[in-house]
Amino acid sequence: MDALSSLADGFAVALTFQNLLLALLGCFLGTIFGALPGLGPSNGVAILIPLAFTLGLPATPALILLTSVYYGAMYGGRISSILLNIPGDEPALMTTLDGYPMAQQGKAGEALALSGIASFVGSFFATWGLVFLAPQLVKVALLFGPAEYFALFTLAFATLGGIASRNQAKAAFSAALGVGIAMIGVDAQTGVPRFAFGEVHLYDGIDFLVAIVGLFAVSEVFIFLEHRGEEAHAEGASKLVNRVTAPLSMLRKTAGTMGRSTVLGFLAGVLPGAGASLGSFIAYSVEKRVSDRKGTFGKGDPRGVAAPEAGNNAAAGGALVPMLALGVPGSGTTAVLLAMLLALNITPGPLLFQSNPDVVWGLIAALFIGNIILLIMNIPLVSLFVRVLLVPPKYLMPAVAMIAFVGVYGISGSTFDLVVMVLFGLSGWLLRKLDVPLVPVILGVLLGGQMEVNLRRELTISNGDWSALVDSWLSITLWGLAIVGFILPIIVGSFFRTNVGKGRSRESDDPD
Amino acid sequence: MSLRRLLVLALPLAFATATLSDRASAFEPSSTECIAPANPGGGWDFTCRQVGKTMQDLGFIPGTMKVTNLAGGSGGVAFAEVVNKRNDDNNLIVAASSATSSRLAQGAYPGGDMGQVRWLASVGADYGIIAVAKDSKFNTLPELFDAIKADPSSIAVSGGSAVGGWDHLKVLIAAKRAGIDKLRQIKYVAFEGGGEAVTQLLAGSVQAFSGDASEAKGFVDSGDIKVLAVLAPERLPGDFSKFPTAKEQGIDAVGANWRGFYAPGGMSDEAYDWWVETIGKTYKSDEWKKTMASNGLAPLDLQGEDFEKFVAESVAEIKELSQEIGIIK
Repeated sequence: MDALSSLADGFAVALTFQNLLLALLGCFLGTIFGALPGLGPSNGVAILIPLAFTLGLPATPALILLTSVYYGAMYGGRISSILLNIPGDEPALMTTLDGYPMAQQGKAGEALALSGIASFVGSFFATWGLVFLAPQLVKVALLFGPAEYFALFTLAFATLGGIASRNQAKAAFSAALGVGIAMIGVDAQTGVPRFAFGEVHLYDGIDFLVAIVGLFAVSEVFIFLEHRGEEAHAEGASKLVNRVTAPLSMLRKTAGTMGRSTVLGFLAGVLPGAGASLGSFIAYSVEKRVSDRKGTFGKGDPRGVAAPEAGNNAAAGGALVPMLALGVPGSGTTAVLLAMLLALNITPGPLLFQSNPDVVWGLIAALFIGNIILLIMNIPLVSLFVRVLLVPPKYLMPAVAMIAFVGVYGISGSTFDLVVMVLFGLSGWLLRKLDVPLVPVILGVLLGGQMEVNLRRELTISNGDWSALVDSWLSITLWGLAIVGFILPIIVGSFFRTNVGKGRSRESDDPD
Repeated sequence: MSLRRLLVLALPLAFATATLSDRASAFEPSSTECIAPANPGGGWDFTCRQVGKTMQDLGFIPGTMKVTNLAGGSGGVAFAEVVNKRNDDNNLIVAASSATSSRLAQGAYPGGDMGQVRWLASVGADYGIIAVAKDSKFNTLPELFDAIKADPSSIAVSGGSAVGGWDHLKVLIAAKRAGIDKLRQIKYVAFEGGGEAVTQLLAGSVQAFSGDASEAKGFVDSGDIKVLAVLAPERLPGDFSKFPTAKEQGIDAVGANWRGFYAPGGMSDEAYDWWVETIGKTYKSDEWKKTMASNGLAPLDLQGEDFEKFVAESVAEIKELSQEIGIIK
């Protein structure tokens, strides 16, 4: 009850005309940043920090503006994932898997509306989690040492199989490629540059965003150029259906999915060093394991849209737990928010809830407000967004290319990044030609680097003793889950194949 | 007699003021620019924006200072850009910190050398601390180093920078002054940022933590960690004043993560003097004192030649340490 009265105070702080206006502005800008390929939540927040400084905003309004942008971007990322098969940012990556097929089937409006609602459910309940569980959850974060993180990332890779492709070998190849890309740059454990070829631009490694924009957006443009003028996309427009809301039956069908994904996403967000991308990935892969009985995931299953969206938005809320209570950013965006907090003379840490209650509770209240604004804003906008599909590709594709270039250059101010982006675009085009899925590449980059770093940390601490990796009940549990997650689908999958195969042989082409 | 004395004192002063105003008229800043060699939101970005804003508020520069983010290579991309393309820009300054001097010392900016640019001034420093968990058996810095000396594999130190980065070097500087000669055997585990490194200290994964005073403040206030030593010349002001310096404990080590600026090597002397003076004035202003206090920055007041000498010494020390631990040959 204590938390509730504090929350009421928070609402008193947040519910001023100026703050509501800032929240509205933040939500709007955030949705745009999220939807534009090349601009993600962390860039969006970083771009607006100078604005907050220039406006001379005090701590609470500044935070309200920036967290609205953060939540807005988490909402917005799905839009281009669904409509164009181009993830607006890293966490929206998994939404392409079922969102784009839905759009191709003429269900773009439903997919957008459903994902908007899933986003709302995810972040709404995650914010409640933040209200009631933040102090306890901090203890969970403290259970995770390098060994446990390594086991967690192994678990993620173990469930990777079959996520984006019918061909396991191609998915594995694609993930391996991603892990390889993650190795580029100065190695933190020895301070030695790897695969940098003396090129100073490569010392910091490859930026995820540059890789995503290149692989998805730029390669899409290349595909278009290849089919110059052919009617490749014209049919998509004709399939546009007027329905711009999600039918109730669909919501009922995905309610369980949203619930499960919210819990998983929130937990992934709470762990610093895991973050929203892992949240949406785990949510999707678990949901696929749990409920994909007919092999419809990856072919436009609404549950495949609801799961990652609820997951990544819940993770966004979860990531605020370690940031506020430990001063440890759980994601790239919270790292930027943390810098902002420090600049405002607020020291995040165990005492923040006592020393700056007005800021913390005002912020949490702002999250609720932002969330509701986003839901209200997003549902009517669906009908506007789907019109993107009506734009003929000969106008759309140049715009995509332009946004990609401006977005990437605008962040780093480096032409080198543009070259890297185009190279990724070319490889993305090549991989598409070879029918190699692109999603595992990004997952390899996102998760592979973390996995390696944590393994090396643990081995440094244990003086090279490998048994340290299974030294706690938590890591043993995670290893167990990883093994089960890897082996079970092989057994169960073949069981289902034979069963289903009797009836419909076509569906069995997709080994789970 | 006394009048004459006053005149003798006043004359050079008047002369100095005259030359100062001469200089000021010799260089007029137009559209000033500050390069932050990292993405928005980081320390360098903050240095540019806060200093630029303070200068503007005080009316030292016309209009606003443009902040350009030029990320890449831990500052190497910006360094190369300044040296190769903007060598005579009189209106340009670049944010720098001890990360810049350590990268220069380790040759991590290909072809880069600190003599290629002109070092302007510092605007403060974040002093290093070495801490352990609150229930640790160690209570002083010598106790910790004795344990490392006896068995280097028994103590893992976490920090927020890569191996060879500033958090690692601080431990090495202190260990070396404490008489440990096998610096390579000291176990340092790199994490992403000081926050994660402290968390792993609390989680019990590592035994000690090396970081900056500002990033540990939240945990110091809550009593979760025990600061063994502050690597500052004297005790820090405020909450940290209760913690002894390493020097008090007989280990003469100072680790200052300074923040400051360099300028293009081809900058004219007039412009250089103007920037040194203006940054100095900004540093001494009440506005900047407030910014420093709110960001956990401790005083470090070095300008012009003094600053250049300070950077040179720091580069030399880091070079030597990096050779000892084998990062550079």
